[in-house]
Amino acid sequence: MEKNTLTVKRGLAQMLKGGVIMDVVTAEQAKIAEDAGAAAVMALERVPADIRAHGGVARMADPEKIVEIQAAVTIPVMAKCRIGHFVEAELLQALGVDYVDESEVLTPADEAHHVDKHGFDVPFVCGCRNIGEALRRIGEGAAMIRTKGEAGTGDVVEAVRHMRTVMGDLRRLTTMREDELATFAKDVQAPLDLVASVAREGRLPVVNFAAGGVATPADAALMMRLGADGVFVGSGIFKSSDPAIRAKAVVEATTHYQDAGIIATASRGLGEPMTGIARDTLAPEELLATRGW
Amino acid sequence: MTPVIGVLALQGDFAEHTAMLRGLGTESREVRVPRDLEGLDGLVIPGGESTTIGKLLEMYALLEPVRDLGASGFPIWGTCAGLILLAKDVGKPQPLLGLMDMTVERNAFGRQIASFETDLDIDGLPGGAFHAVFIRAPIVGSVGDAVDVLARLDDGRIVAVRQGNLLGTAFHPELTADARLHRLFVDMARAA
Repeated sequence: MEKNTLTVKRGLAQMLKGGVIMDVVTAEQAKIAEDAGAAAVMALERVPADIRAHGGVARMADPEKIVEIQAAVTIPVMAKCRIGHFVEAELLQALGVDYVDESEVLTPADEAHHVDKHGFDVPFVCGCRNIGEALRRIGEGAAMIRTKGEAGTGDVVEAVRHMRTVMGDLRRLTTMREDELATFAKDVQAPLDLVASVAREGRLPVVNFAAGGVATPADAALMMRLGADGVFVGSGIFKSSDPAIRAKAVVEATTHYQDAGIIATASRGLGEPMTGIARDTLAPEELLATRGW
Repeated sequence: MTPVIGVLALQGDFAEHTAMLRGLGTESREVRVPRDLEGLDGLVIPGGESTTIGKLLEMYALLEPVRDLGASGFPIWGTCAGLILLAKDVGKPQPLLGLMDMTVERNAFGRQIASFETDLDIDGLPGGAFHAVFIRAPIVGSVGDAVDVLARLDDGRIVAVRQGNLLGTAFHPELTADARLHRLFVDMARAA
């Protein structure tokens, strides 16, 4: 019997495909998410919109809250650690979370180094803006990837940019000659063996979800249509006027992303979405997506 | 005749199943709404989150038609979450097909860090041991007389079962390159 193999780590992300992973800060929110059909929940201290609004240092969630969330639901519980904060990651592993998100949404703990994820039993998900960043994280041991988007804005534009960039890079890679791959790997600063295997397979070796700015069922379906394997929704659910109803509608839209009739029906009577901030009105230092490298 | 195998595509690793089934030369279709069930010779319920899949089965009026099909001899194979959905009782209130006379315990091994791979001897499956991937896996508790146990872990716990036209595995053959169980299910669909 072998535990914590790449197959097992990547496999859990495969089981989450076609699903919605929802940010929650309390056990009550986790229960609402599960009842709405979330495939997993992400435990964090504050949703990204509140991190933006209140500022300060955003850290891993209180272990007490994580334990309460784990007790409240049967679906997988993920939790965020700060970029490079391998001790927070060890704590989350000790708490038995099912996935650790080394996340740019929290204040980075290390400006140069990401966590060496190979050394952990628990699998990791990491953010990316392009294929180079995705493959660097996979090279470090990430078993799942999500495009970063711009968390806490409710503006989907950055999520779209990042997903289009990754999927476009993938398509370009599949048409390259062998001798072009090495230059590509150098240009995007990614390990050559991973670049070559992606070119051969025509897809990333791990599941890739969309994140950062999804606020409506149509946003979720848009990300699925662009090639996402599933969707993370952060502030979009619990910063809306009726989280339970909106959460269920986002789940429906993610499953039936090719059926506009179903999405239209699911999108009726949801109340107000989160207010949102247009991504282009943010100052460079307010952007979360540029954290990490 | 090439059998047409549906794969329930509400949530989970349905694409892995369709790819494997197509690799065996069968036609495979994604099933999301009741009309997708028309013309199928068998249905696979993939791995995923059983609560999510169960809610969407209920919401899109698939629970009754799939249950009726299964009760009338139509072949259905559930892997992991699919096995849970086939069970009569999982000890928690959640939407189930309830077609197989067995109890199932969800997350029986604990959290993700307890997930594992191991080799299994599967009754009636030629070709030697089957490398099985268990992810936050369930196990089968008690089974009724109509249920045949096909595989157990070394400690005796039940991880593969068959009840006539219904097949259930607690692990994920779709995550490996071994298509023997998919072939077995295609043969069941052909024979039905």
